[in-house]
Amino acid sequence: MSRSREITVTVNGTVHAASVEPRLLLADFLRSTLGLTGTHVGCEHGVCGACTVLVDGDSARACLMLAVQADGRVVESVESLGRIGQMNALQEAFHEHHALQCGFCTPGMLMTATDLLRKYPLASDDDIRKGLSGNLCRCTGYEHIVKAIRAVLDKRAVR
Amino acid sequence: MKPPVFDYVAATSIDTAIAALAAAGTDAKILAGGQSLVPMLNFRLLRPSILVDINRIPGLDYIRETERDVRVGALTRHYQLETSPLIAKLFPVVACAMTHVAHLAIRNRGTIGGSLSHADPAAELPMLAILLEAEFGIASANGARVVPARAFFLDALTVDLESAEVLTEIVLPKLPAATGWGFEEVARRHGDFALAAVAVLLTVAGGAVKEARIALTGVGATPRRAAEAEALLIGRNPDPELIGRVIDVVREIITPETDLHASADYRRHLAGVLAGRAIAQAWRRACEPSP
Repeated sequence: MSRSREITVTVNGTVHAASVEPRLLLADFLRSTLGLTGTHVGCEHGVCGACTVLVDGDSARACLMLAVQADGRVVESVESLGRIGQMNALQEAFHEHHALQCGFCTPGMLMTATDLLRKYPLASDDDIRKGLSGNLCRCTGYEHIVKAIRAVLDKRAVR
Repeated sequence: MKPPVFDYVAATSIDTAIAALAAAGTDAKILAGGQSLVPMLNFRLLRPSILVDINRIPGLDYIRETERDVRVGALTRHYQLETSPLIAKLFPVVACAMTHVAHLAIRNRGTIGGSLSHADPAAELPMLAILLEAEFGIASANGARVVPARAFFLDALTVDLESAEVLTEIVLPKLPAATGWGFEEVARRHGDFALAAVAVLLTVAGGAVKEARIALTGVGATPRRAAEAEALLIGRNPDPELIGRVIDVVREIITPETDLHASADYRRHLAGVLAGRAIAQAWRRACEPSP
């Protein structure tokens, strides 16, 4: 076992100090050390997108980052978006448009969509599909996920 | 699917990174964006004794214009290159190709220096470096050296970098006026590695091609230029007949392999089709009046 390192990470607005082995993945730090199990772990090699979180505001695979690398950073996981009864606009749209079946991919879809909506105009549904191409839904419910993201954009345009 | 045990140091300067690499011998790895390295650790394909994390070295992520070229710091993220107004203006082929690299979450983390050092045989950046005749600035305990892109990529996942060297800067020489570009890629799914991709630059003078560059990826162990095909275009107007001959030459000189994604024959056919399209695009753009 390699020497543990002290890290301080802000997760969903709360500052956490912890001692971690260098090989601990950020995904496992969130789930096992902090008990934030909203971040799902699928493939553990950066293909499925289920573990996507925001690091300093940018989406990142939590299975491709070490917890030590998050020292001093701001991490946002799906738990930051809202709560039952107080969901954000994107979560409401997923609810309205049946954009989840089993729900396994949903945290990654939500965090990826959050970053996509901030960075790209997503003028066409094809742009949304390209943006989501790194997130796998094994229920294959992509149509409804695209519709939910489109609905957020439409609501934004009305305002 | 968890990484093996390794030691870890967060370098604060190029010099401390080089010192840490040199002290560790040959089984240290540089951790930059981690988008290729960490999967290999998770699969335990690699068991480095120590990771030298260069993410906290200040001043290594920049895109800077000089009179002759554009200089890109090795820690620049893919997303920065994709969205840089300077790159969009001077190297639109790069801005276009970058949108084909993986997915946003990967482009947010993955670095330019990391992708070039990793040298996946189907990646876009090594092909762009060959196309643009880039030069790589490399630092080591013995000082700095510069390697041209054409001499850097030695084999699949193998480049001209020693274990205690760090790629620090990518230099992109500016292109001549009246240069048009084309880029074509086919992948099984948007963001996947290319089955084949082609990038073309044509410089036009007096209604004919004055300079031609054709670069390919996904069709051999390393990205390559198609010099024999480029030569056919010089002094000519690429009409369909000439493009047909260029396609034939491209298919002759490449050595694609069969893997579970596509057969060698399919890749050879595809590379020709994509080269034809990219040449036509580049010609059209080169002939448009500049804005």
